[in-house]
Amino acid sequence: MSLIESLPRVRRLRFPRADGLIPWIVPLAIILLWQVACVTGFVSARVLPAPSDVALAGWKLLLSGELVRNIWVSFWRASVGFLIGGSIGFTFGLANGLSQLSSKLTDTTLQMVRNIPHLALIPLVILWFGIDESAKLFLVALGVFFPIYLNTLHGIRTVDPQLIEMGRIYGMTDGELFRRVIFPGALPSIFVGLRFALGIMWLTLIVAETIAASSGLGYMAMQAREFMLIDVVVLSILIYALLGKLADSASRALERLTLSWHPAFQKH
Amino acid sequence: MQEALRFRAADAEVVDRAEFIEQARQVRRGAEAPTRGLSLTIRGLRKSFGDNEVLRGIDLHIPAGQSVAIVGRSGCGKSTLLRLIAGLETITAGTISFGEETRAEDVRVMFQEPRLLPWARVLSNVEVGLGRERTSPDAQARADSALVEVGLDDKRAQWPAVLSGGQKQRVALARALVSRPRVLAFDEPLGALDALTRISMQRLLERVWQDQGFTAILVTHDVAEAVALADRVLVIEDGRIAHDIDVNIPRPRRRGSAELAALEGSILKNLLQGTEDTSDL
Ligand SMILES: Nc1ncnc2c1ncn2[C@@H]1O[C@H](COP(=O)(O)OP(=O)(O)OP(=O)(O)O)[C@@H](O)[C@H]1O
Ligand SMILES: [Mg+2]
Repeated sequence: MSLIESLPRVRRLRFPRADGLIPWIVPLAIILLWQVACVTGFVSARVLPAPSDVALAGWKLLLSGELVRNIWVSFWRASVGFLIGGSIGFTFGLANGLSQLSSKLTDTTLQMVRNIPHLALIPLVILWFGIDESAKLFLVALGVFFPIYLNTLHGIRTVDPQLIEMGRIYGMTDGELFRRVIFPGALPSIFVGLRFALGIMWLTLIVAETIAASSGLGYMAMQAREFMLIDVVVLSILIYALLGKLADSASRALERLTLSWHPAFQKH
Repeated sequence: MQEALRFRAADAEVVDRAEFIEQARQVRRGAEAPTRGLSLTIRGLRKSFGDNEVLRGIDLHIPAGQSVAIVGRSGCGKSTLLRLIAGLETITAGTISFGEETRAEDVRVMFQEPRLLPWARVLSNVEVGLGRERTSPDAQARADSALVEVGLDDKRAQWPAVLSGGQKQRVALARALVSRPRVLAFDEPLGALDALTRISMQRLLERVWQDQGFTAILVTHDVAEAVALADRVLVIEDGRIAHDIDVNIPRPRRRGSAELAALEGSILKNLLQGTEDTSDL
């Protein structure tokens, strides 16, 4: 998907600096319309608060320090869960992609487990861990594991066998072959997995925090709902969206950096 | 049997010619000629894939520095023979030996696909060809001079994706040449190129072969290419060498000359006859 998105634009713009602003036109227009709709009373403030109200709520929470604390908690859970699940998934992906034995031993089991939606485990996880941190980390790690595992495995298995033969002909050792041929060949697929995993990471965290948490963005939203603070609810949703976008941008930047050889990423 | 006898006779003659050429080369380049081809001897070579016996007894001697073209119908086992020579397949029966002890870097193969690493710049792709000497301090200089040899030194910092098909194949050639191999095997290296690029690549191949004096084994579908480039053309049929033809036409050979055309015609006739023979069986 990222490959198609980053295809060269057909029509070149005259002002390269305006290029970066274009994606923001639509969101800004929506916020503007939203504000107008609220101010004119077209939309009731009980249904959807005006953007200015949301911003005000955000400002207050920021001053009280609550916002930063909750964002930090969510961010910490997301990254730790991601690191745990991602590194296990990556390790299994590598092992099963490179070793027949390892693949025979674990792949079928993993493929079976994959068919259980990880969020279906929430009741069980609450029984096991309570609403402890480990419950959220476990769910995030589990959710992140599969996209990383599957795409790493797929990437390694689909490396051009002719290139691998070439590497062997030219006397590469196993380590060199991995470093110079197999890993770079699997990287585009690994990045697809990474971006899927980032999406699942936020999704899992939102669900887990709204159901079983005593801190974090999802908890903040649930608390606000109980006190009918609809502006805080909307604020939490917007922050989730922003954090998701941030993670996606970071992975894209990394992709662009490491896949600069790929025709789809070459500067024109 | 007859065929075997015939090729031995042809052989003796070729040895002399190749040695003569080699002497001429030595004189031309003086003492600084580090590479010489290796001779290659194949005895009773058989290769089966399961029940499918592809090669059924190949006997062949290629003197050092000779260039040999192998032609034959699709699926007759040309690539298999080449892969056996390069050590990429296991031998079912028989032997393949080189005149002297060889290092891994002495035998190189070039395929129809360039097989460049898309994530490595042109220069590092060429460095791959150095094999175990990749880490030596002069690796880059050697890769550079191999690129000069194929006329692509201005592309050293490019990604392979931006090169044309012919340029990619020249990078692959530089990678094969950089370790100064003594046997270079080509499996339809020009098969995917357009006619004009093919001709200029053929000239390039001929030039590097003459400069470096490696033993060249060229598998090709194109009989015209075979007679233009090779000292000797082998026709494979039914898993054996059916014809062994010397190309005694002095170089530089003029493409499209009557002599080349006549030889090409007679080889094609052999090939077609072969087709009829097998349909009779
Ligand atoms: N790895 C393999 N496993 C099984 N059969 C094989 C394998 N490699 C080649 N063969 C068989 O060996 C036969 C000869 O194949 P080969 O590739 O050597 O033909 P070729 O002469 O190079 O043909 P072409 O001119 O089309 O390239 C074919 O029948 C092919 O199916
Ligand atoms: Mg072939």
